[in-house]
Amino acid sequence: MNKRAFPALIGLSLVFFGVAPILIVRAPNEQEMGLIQKIFYFHFASWMAMYLAILVLGISSALFLFRRKPSADRLAVAAAEAAVVFGLMGLITGPLWAVKSWGVWWTWDARTTMAMILELILVAYLILRAYGGPGSDRLAAGLGMFAMANLPFLYVSTEIWRTIHPPTSVVPQLPVDFGLPLWWSVAGFIVLCLALLTARARLEEERATLDRLYLALEDE
Amino acid sequence: MRRFLQVAWLVVRKDLRVESRNKEMLLTTLFFAASCVLVFSFGFVRGGEAIDGSASGVLWITIAFSGTLALGRAFERERHHDALRGLLLAPADRPAIYVGKLLGVLLLLAFVEALVVVMVAFLFRAPLFRHGWWLLTLLSLGTIGFASVGTLFSAMLLRTRSRAVLLPVLLYPVTIPVLIMGVSGTFALVQPEPDLALARLWASMLVFFDVVFLTLALWTFEPVMTE
Amino acid sequence: MPPPQTADFTQVTLSNVSRHYGRRRALSQANLVLSAGEIIGLLGPNGAGKSTLLGVLSTLAEPSGGEVRYGDRTARQGGAPLRAQIGFLSHELQLYPELTARENLEFFAGLYGLDHPAERAREALVLASLSGRADDVVEGFSRGMRQRLALERALLHGPRLVLFDEPFTGLDEASCGALVTRLEQLRAAGSIVVVATHDLDIVDPILDRAILLRSGRLRELGQTGSLRARYRAALAETPPRRRRGIAPAAPGPQGGEAGT
Repeated sequence: MNKRAFPALIGLSLVFFGVAPILIVRAPNEQEMGLIQKIFYFHFASWMAMYLAILVLGISSALFLFRRKPSADRLAVAAAEAAVVFGLMGLITGPLWAVKSWGVWWTWDARTTMAMILELILVAYLILRAYGGPGSDRLAAGLGMFAMANLPFLYVSTEIWRTIHPPTSVVPQLPVDFGLPLWWSVAGFIVLCLALLTARARLEEERATLDRLYLALEDE
Repeated sequence: MRRFLQVAWLVVRKDLRVESRNKEMLLTTLFFAASCVLVFSFGFVRGGEAIDGSASGVLWITIAFSGTLALGRAFERERHHDALRGLLLAPADRPAIYVGKLLGVLLLLAFVEALVVVMVAFLFRAPLFRHGWWLLTLLSLGTIGFASVGTLFSAMLLRTRSRAVLLPVLLYPVTIPVLIMGVSGTFALVQPEPDLALARLWASMLVFFDVVFLTLALWTFEPVMTE
Repeated sequence: MPPPQTADFTQVTLSNVSRHYGRRRALSQANLVLSAGEIIGLLGPNGAGKSTLLGVLSTLAEPSGGEVRYGDRTARQGGAPLRAQIGFLSHELQLYPELTARENLEFFAGLYGLDHPAERAREALVLASLSGRADDVVEGFSRGMRQRLALERALLHGPRLVLFDEPFTGLDEASCGALVTRLEQLRAAGSIVVVATHDLDIVDPILDRAILLRSGRLRELGQTGSLRARYRAALAETPPRRRRGIAPAAPGPQGGEAGT
């Protein structure tokens, strides 16, 4: 992982996050929801970042499993942790929205359920890595691929089951007043996600180097 | 392909033979499933009337619980005297070994489900047999989805020390969708006004999941089993 | 159909083979050449990495660094045809105790894709001197009988590289003698035989070479004197690895699980 990637990405995300509040405040209030609607800028964006992280997790898991690339494994750990964090943000902002909009904190509609399940799989992934002992990296890679396999289901869930959640197709049709701040936030979250990924993967890399040095020292 | 099926069949036949000798897995799993349904019926049946809609949930949760028990045991047999190494060292397609073990688990779960269905129908007064073929379809599809992931996870956890804990920890999150589909499909069948179209929708979703899970399991079995 | 004889098995070469679990090293920079028609003894204290080395040789475990070449190919290039030439008897039996001796053998003969599995099983039963108990379940067998059966199970497919992990443990004198004879037969047939063992006196007469494994490192034993004396001398020359003042960290709360 490039050493300069992290400062660049974190700087870029600071720009996004610095400007985002201005855009969000200037965006008109939605008629029914009022101020609460602005949660959506965080809610939707954190899910997008989570999808990205899961995608990275799945692909790097496959690379590690089939091509035996140790660097892919380090990226997978980073992606899994990032996905858990962004998923948690989605799961927290979701009920805040729901209680105002639908009058309940939690509903078991298709998309919330699938999102919850994905979050569970990711936590299981981290548990496996922590307590699986030696060799669990490869097992975790298998699990990472199963996590990615759920993404398409998550995407189509609201299309197939007509539920309370707005379908995915709503987002591109948003008027510009709402659309610009929304996509701005999404971009900000995605850049932040990438920054976290590079930093975390780099930490794993340093750890691997340390292990290698330790072994070399013993071999003397 | 012939060799693939031959190896899978050898593994199934071996498991059946061992099982026919000591009947350990069959009897313990059946007993566990029966006690599961009983425990649920203490919770969900009041004065002879089951709580609305509980039957389909109890049916699938019992299958998931006893399935986990069976899956944990299924590979214990290979681990016990390190026979797994013998299997993996054989110049056979490793996915064929997976398929063999999976078929054994499916067969065992078929027995368990036969018992569980009868018990739930009886204790929860659920009209499970009204659309028997649909129920059979949902059960088969759901079991395939559950067991295909379970067999892979059970095999790959063999080398870890905390496998007994880790199996359910990994298995349930991944298979919850299958359970949800099974429960919803079964519910559509047993509700006062059965909704066959809905049951068909859930069944087709299950087919989709099964295909994805099975493909992924066959694909990852080989690399995951290398130490 | 016998497995295709694709792999050239006159030599197995290990170059700089390492295997580690986080910071716990089980095998370190191992260099070794094994040649056909040799019996090689693998000696060393418990936890020195003997089982790890056998696991790597059997292709079941992948080295963390370096490579093992079987003739001109690596384990990954070799795949199933390569596995068809390797026999591995670990200290576990690799048998199903609920099955009879014959069923066990026929199962593995089928799995290995051998012609006439029933025929091969019968031959193996004769070699194991178990023809009389062929249809008894293995559970009821004595330790020696199980070991003989496990041995023939591992040799069923005529492997060219044969790996033994502590094969003499728990055997009486007669069984040990039979096993020694069997090892010599394998050598005469041109197989590479690797035996990890603690029973120095038993293997002393048959070993062509002996290798000491200590703290994951290999060292060839000298050629003169009794095996026990050479083993002692080699042990004295390779002190156990110093632990430096750094706490060995392992990934996660559980430490490395080496030597399995």
